[in-house]
Amino acid sequence: MTRSVRRTRRMLKVTGAGAAALLALSACSSSDSDSAKTSDSSASASASDKLSGEVTVFAAASLKESFTTLGKEFEKEHPGTKVTFSFGGSDALAASITGGAPADVFASASPKTMKIVTDAGDAAGTPATFVRNQLEIATLPGNPDKIASLKDLAKSDLKVVLCDKTVPCGAAAEKAIEASKLKLTPVSYEEDVKSALNKVVLKEADAAVVYKTDVKAAGDKVEGVEFPESADAINDYPITVLKESQNSDAAKAFIALVQSADGQKVLSEAGFLQP
Amino acid sequence: MDKAGAADTLTGGPRRGRVRVRGERGGAPLPLLVPALIGLAFLVLPLVALLIRAPWRSMPDLLTSSEVWQALQLSLLCATAATAVSLVIGVPLAWLLARVEFPGRGLVRALVTLPLVLPPVVGGVALLMALGRNGVVGRWLDDWFGVTLPFTTAGVVVAEAFVAMPFLVISVEGTLRAADPRYEEAATTLGASRFTAFRRVTLPLIAPGIAAGAVLAWARALGEFGATITFAGNFPGRTQTMPLAVYLALQNDPEAAIALSLVLLAVSIAVLAGLRDRWMTAS
Repeated sequence: MTRSVRRTRRMLKVTGAGAAALLALSACSSSDSDSAKTSDSSASASASDKLSGEVTVFAAASLKESFTTLGKEFEKEHPGTKVTFSFGGSDALAASITGGAPADVFASASPKTMKIVTDAGDAAGTPATFVRNQLEIATLPGNPDKIASLKDLAKSDLKVVLCDKTVPCGAAAEKAIEASKLKLTPVSYEEDVKSALNKVVLKEADAAVVYKTDVKAAGDKVEGVEFPESADAINDYPITVLKESQNSDAAKAFIALVQSADGQKVLSEAGFLQP
Repeated sequence: MDKAGAADTLTGGPRRGRVRVRGERGGAPLPLLVPALIGLAFLVLPLVALLIRAPWRSMPDLLTSSEVWQALQLSLLCATAATAVSLVIGVPLAWLLARVEFPGRGLVRALVTLPLVLPPVVGGVALLMALGRNGVVGRWLDDWFGVTLPFTTAGVVVAEAFVAMPFLVISVEGTLRAADPRYEEAATTLGASRFTAFRRVTLPLIAPGIAAGAVLAWARALGEFGATITFAGNFPGRTQTMPLAVYLALQNDPEAAIALSLVLLAVSIAVLAGLRDRWMTAS
């Protein structure tokens, strides 16, 4: 349900970007050949030269900020294209893809979710890991509860939220907690990583176990605390073109951008680890 | 005799008679019948699909798991509590709207029914802003009484009551407007206080409307998802109601989700069908 709010917000953004792209297009339609010189960063894109049309990318909620940036970059590099995103819990996205949702690219927050799509025969080719993500504890700004380790979350007077174990961030958290042999009782198992984080942003919870990237994206609304056990639960993010893609050239070009040096720079600035 | 006549009107007896008469004149016209059947199929087909796709064989195992029972019990408990809350504060509110003239009544009525059209998740966020630990009122609740509603069963009840109460208020207000105020007036001229008149005359008069509103509110509370997960979170046995369990089960065990949906469907149908006659009077 939070997703739908996010989607509306995103739609607004996308519409805005689309309008901007249209303006840019109509402004320089006479000098279309100029765009060729900007395609230096993605080698595979120059092979198919003229990319156009819409690319629909289904991506894990945690990729929202960095992929939105990359989408704008892609549209700038390939005038005439439009990248549309659907961000959400990886499992929900995988379910809609296997249910026949029209998507060109799927970027998942875990190999397990990607496997749902590959097992259903909906992926074209083998998915590639493009980034990795590590967990971090998000605390209130200034860390008033002096949380320094995963063990501190077991204090009884703390309100801690985790992701539900059905979604990747929850599965990873469970793994890390198991590895540390802790008994942790959260107040809630949230349906995705963003809603777990938001409970801390809204100061309803004292701490949440989320991805490093989400802590970074939240800016000064939360403070991040690293914990060594997170090394036992690093998530690989696989990406693939989908079989039903109506625009697989552009889809491949988008993936190439994600894997390029430029793309990796955007992603590591967001807190992702190199694969 | 009088009573029988009233019951007849309430169950829509005469109306059914009229339809039959028209039927004798040559059946429903095709331009109405076809869309009506499409409408029927549209509403019923998805529910039939649930039945067809249900994993009947693994059903007993799925349904006897403790987590499902917990969620079902919690759902029934919270929906009932939310309905009780709605009755206690919603009926007086409906009376105020129907019987007392005051400036801005139209605006108040609009505000009261707002949760009906508000996306539930917006309701959840609004509740967090008001009653959350850091909320406008919630901050004082926490400081003075040490009470925090988010992540508690009470929080589930609050979220459900917020979304469900307008159904009760609307239903009761409608019944009150239809009821003749002269009975109350007669009672007061005979010496009863306004509250006594309300208790002894008005309440029995509008009882069917209250029952109808309560059933609607209960059913809405039972299905509430957005406000609950936003305001009360999700913890098995404490705040995880059936709709939340269905949603999370769908993430990695669609069969379980279908089974859970069926249970919720069966409970809802049982209640609506059981109270059908009273429910019909709502309109």
